Amino acid sequence: MLNINNLHASIDNKEILKGLNLEVKAGEVHAIMGPNGSGKSTLANVLSGRDGYEVTRGEVRYMDKDLLQLAPEERAREGIFLAFQYPVEIPGVNNVYLLKAALNAVRVHRGEPEMDAVDFLKLVRERIKVVNMSEELLNRSVNEGFSGGEKKRNEIFQMTLLEPKLAILDETDSGLDIDALKVVAEGVNRLRDPDRSIIMITHYQRLLDYIKPDHVHVLSRGRIIKSGGPELALELEEKGYDWVNAEADAA
Amino acid sequence: MATENSNIEELVRKEYQHGFVTEIDADTVPPGLNEDVIRLISAKKDEPEWLLEWRLKAYRHWLTMTHPTWAHVQHPPIDYQAISYFSAPKSKKDGPKSLDEVDPKLLETYEKLGIPLHEQKMLAGVAVDAVFDSVSVATTFKEKLAAAGVIFCSFSEAVQNHPELVRQYLGTVVPGADNFFAALNSAVFTDGSFCYIPKNTRCPMELSTYFRINASNTGQFERTLIIADEGSHVSYLEGCTAPQRDENQLHAAVVELVALDNAQIKYSTVQNWYPGDENGVGGIYNFVTKRGDCRGVNSKISWTQVETGSAITWKYPSCLLRGDNSIGEFYSVAVTNGYQQADTGTKMIHLGKNTSSTIISKGISAGHAQNAYRGLVKISRKAENARNYTQCDSLLMGKQCGAHTFPYIESMNPTAQVEHEATTSKIGDDQLFYLRQRGISEEDAVNMIVNGFCKDVFRELPMEFAVEAQKLLGVTLEGAVG
Amino acid sequence: MSDVLSHYLQEHERRYPEGTGDRLGELRQSALQEFRNLGFPTRRQENWKYTDVRKLCKHEFRINDDVVDLPAGRIESLPIARPDCHELVFVNGRYSPAHSRADKLAAGIIVTDLAAALNQQPELVSDHIARYSDTASSGFTALNTAFLQQGSVISLAAGAVLDKPVHLIHINTQQQQPYSGQLRNLILLGDNSEGTVIESYFGLDDAVYFTNSVCEIRLDPGSRLQHYRIQQESSNSFHLGHTTVRLQKDSRYESSVVSLGAELSRTDLNCRLEQSGAVCVLNGLYMVNGQQHTDHHIRVDHTVEATTSTQNYRGILDEQGRAVFNGKVVVHKGADKTDARQSNANLLLSDKAEVDTKPELEIYADDVKCSHGATVGQLDKNMLFYLRSRGIDEHTARSLLTFAFAGEIIRNIHMASIRERLEQLVLGRLPDAETIREFTHE
Repeated sequence: MLNINNLHASIDNKEILKGLNLEVKAGEVHAIMGPNGSGKSTLANVLSGRDGYEVTRGEVRYMDKDLLQLAPEERAREGIFLAFQYPVEIPGVNNVYLLKAALNAVRVHRGEPEMDAVDFLKLVRERIKVVNMSEELLNRSVNEGFSGGEKKRNEIFQMTLLEPKLAILDETDSGLDIDALKVVAEGVNRLRDPDRSIIMITHYQRLLDYIKPDHVHVLSRGRIIKSGGPELALELEEKGYDWVNAEADAA
Repeated sequence: MATENSNIEELVRKEYQHGFVTEIDADTVPPGLNEDVIRLISAKKDEPEWLLEWRLKAYRHWLTMTHPTWAHVQHPPIDYQAISYFSAPKSKKDGPKSLDEVDPKLLETYEKLGIPLHEQKMLAGVAVDAVFDSVSVATTFKEKLAAAGVIFCSFSEAVQNHPELVRQYLGTVVPGADNFFAALNSAVFTDGSFCYIPKNTRCPMELSTYFRINASNTGQFERTLIIADEGSHVSYLEGCTAPQRDENQLHAAVVELVALDNAQIKYSTVQNWYPGDENGVGGIYNFVTKRGDCRGVNSKISWTQVETGSAITWKYPSCLLRGDNSIGEFYSVAVTNGYQQADTGTKMIHLGKNTSSTIISKGISAGHAQNAYRGLVKISRKAENARNYTQCDSLLMGKQCGAHTFPYIESMNPTAQVEHEATTSKIGDDQLFYLRQRGISEEDAVNMIVNGFCKDVFRELPMEFAVEAQKLLGVTLEGAVG
Repeated sequence: MSDVLSHYLQEHERRYPEGTGDRLGELRQSALQEFRNLGFPTRRQENWKYTDVRKLCKHEFRINDDVVDLPAGRIESLPIARPDCHELVFVNGRYSPAHSRADKLAAGIIVTDLAAALNQQPELVSDHIARYSDTASSGFTALNTAFLQQGSVISLAAGAVLDKPVHLIHINTQQQQPYSGQLRNLILLGDNSEGTVIESYFGLDDAVYFTNSVCEIRLDPGSRLQHYRIQQESSNSFHLGHTTVRLQKDSRYESSVVSLGAELSRTDLNCRLEQSGAVCVLNGLYMVNGQQHTDHHIRVDHTVEATTSTQNYRGILDEQGRAVFNGKVVVHKGADKTDARQSNANLLLSDKAEVDTKPELEIYADDVKCSHGATVGQLDKNMLFYLRSRGIDEHTARSLLTFAFAGEIIRNIHMASIRERLEQLVLGRLPDAETIREFTHE
């Protein structure tokens, strides 16, 4: 599904990613962990196509396409979904209509007919229950006046509705209390599917108690320095990042 | 001042005028302004012909200009023919003979600021023959600077010793005809500071007028020119934290800064001229034109000012952001009390690509004072991706004062982002109460809150200046509350 | 004296050959004198620093006296919001009885055109007219007063409540010779009365004319006025609008100003909060493209304790459009407990557009809460990226965010029919109107 090969990326001429390799197969859940400043969010932003990041070397193949050539909206329509770490507030743009437009953009892209308002609302009502989000939030402007937890739920809600092929969760667990975390995790778990891949970017092991990853990677100083199974996350929790760094330095 | 004493002196001088005019007043031009006076100034300073021409051109333009009225300040008209435009360093007879003759209130202030006795004397204008520490200190500094290739001298010396540099840069930032006061200054300036930092040189110390020999009595029409050549850095401190005695009512100084490619200039001012008495009588009119030209790419000019003195302050240290990626900064604290009036702010003129500017202005008004921020942010058509952030806060203390904000924003480029925010409020009663409940006196509490309010600006000042500026704030605001 | 000044003096001479002896005649005469002294403003005046009216001075606008009737159904065909209202219609600056319909009004309510009021309620008019707006404030106000004849009077007695809004519709048609409408409105609300007034200005085709409108409003204690001002003048026209509001104790004034048309427009709004508890809420939206120039000047005077004002103006500038905003809050000595907020945001869509904004605070009291903010910029990159990451193409995302930017003002408009009409008008100026309309339906 996704193949990242020797990816170098910089922002303001400062290199953040320094030769990152990662392969994600269909149906897999990968956790990418790392200390602050290791390049986790840069990876999420580069994959989703945010301005200001310059890829200087390497390539990213997604479903046999050169991902880096696509505009952000094209990536979205190809099934990439980024759950933002800090979802932006957009005053004046209605939440539910954004969803409808987003959903139909994907459908049209796939050559499917647009969904009409009735079917769409039915779907919305059904899916919103999954994330235990108040329907009242639907008719507000995108994220406007939402609490931190509500913003994150809204991201997961959008994800359950848009059913992406590759979901990237950028620190979705940060700032959530335990109940909200469970709800978010449940939303993600329901999406697990042999055809769908998930990349979870997180600082803490906590989220992984609720969403079991197939693979865990440690990102440090712009590279993946260690990969393993779920047990790696536990080890990190116990020993901290210095341990892997030291190991990598030794190697 | 001891009024009686100066009256006597005046009488004495009158007698001199009548009796021995030519001898005694040889170095003082009679009041009044005309081309002959300018020629005389230029001749006395032994200036080259081009400089005289430059002065005359400015003067001729000045004659066509009118005194500006747009500032939010009020004062009686100034009689420019009543001012004497040239006097050699004041005769020792003019000043007080000892500290006993100095206004006790001034001395009280020095005491509070912890100024050493010999400096008190210097500041108060007492004639002292002894050589101060600072003078010898300055000499050592001069040697160190010379070793680094830095030129730092009086303007007059620069005209004699580095005429090519002066000629190349003088008036290129503030043209002779720029504005009413700048034109006047250009015509009649008597001295000031000159500074040149050679390529790729980091000036080995903070430069300060305070330490420069001959810095005193540069007169009311001071002119400063600082050039930072490619890749150089300099930090310049102007002024003095203690209130200075000065008999000149009008100060019309000009400061020009030039930063070439990759150069940085940091210019810090603490201005504490005599503000007039508690009834608003007397005090300095401080009408100053300060402008920096970020002429080269990646250059940076940063202005920091703490304005606590003068009856009227009228100044807008500005930046021309001409070089791509250049940066302009303006950090200002302006405090007015009594009957002081301040109309101050900045202009950030964005001409180059990716230029950015930051304006942080803190105005504090107490007593019967009026305090205005006036600023211009201009984004020209070609200033792609320019950025400006402006924050103007005003603090009011008392029912009779005023605080005003007049920001002008002109934007002609859609990729530019300009943000301006301003607030006006009084000192929070709840904050005051909280501190007092913890046992802090009201005056100290006010000082703490005001200092906190100004923190963003003080942080930009060199360390020793910052400490003194805080003290100064306390002195200025004395009696403002309660 | 310049040609254009003498032109207006001749026009005055033509209409009022002998200065009539009554108060009105004297008023016109003294205003004419004032106009002669002031002339038209120049850019040397701080209040006109960014707006040059020389173009307006090139025309010799005839003060129009002719009644022009429009064909049946013409007004209905125009894109003007027309909720159910009492309507006074003015064509080319002159009252048109044929098109107007003021339905039966409750006792204590007067809604009439100025010329009729001058005949029927002369004392009502003379007690108030030219008492609130200052003829000396600019040559335009003086000019308007000098030709005082056309306009409207709306008066509500104590406790009266307007059953439906009053809509003053101004329509301007194309004529052989450039003409001018000098319009004067007087709106008086007695104690605890309530009403809504809409002013619409509309120009047909390429009509060349000059609207000079002055509105004086007095709000007595406890009264409430909602005031809409929608300017859709023709692209060759000049629009000058000057509104003065005096607010008494606990009265409330809500204003929505929308400026879309005219080659050059200048809208002044002065509010004086003269007694405690008075509140004014001022919203505005301006959009310019082509070579349009629009200028909004607001001044709010807080003269006593405990008054509140908010200003929220937004502008969208495209092509070579130019906008000027000047919002001034003056807190007078003793006006403690003033709460004043001001915000002006501008969106520049083209590299040929220009905005000049100047939010000012002048404060002479200490126990106040005052703030202002102004921004100039382009669409927020994070918002744009968020929408694109959800599959919305860049073009649509831009239009959508532009519309949402205007929506911040439009959604505060209480009257649904006006709100919807404005949405249409704003959308009409944006690409992808159909797509973005979807997003905004509620």
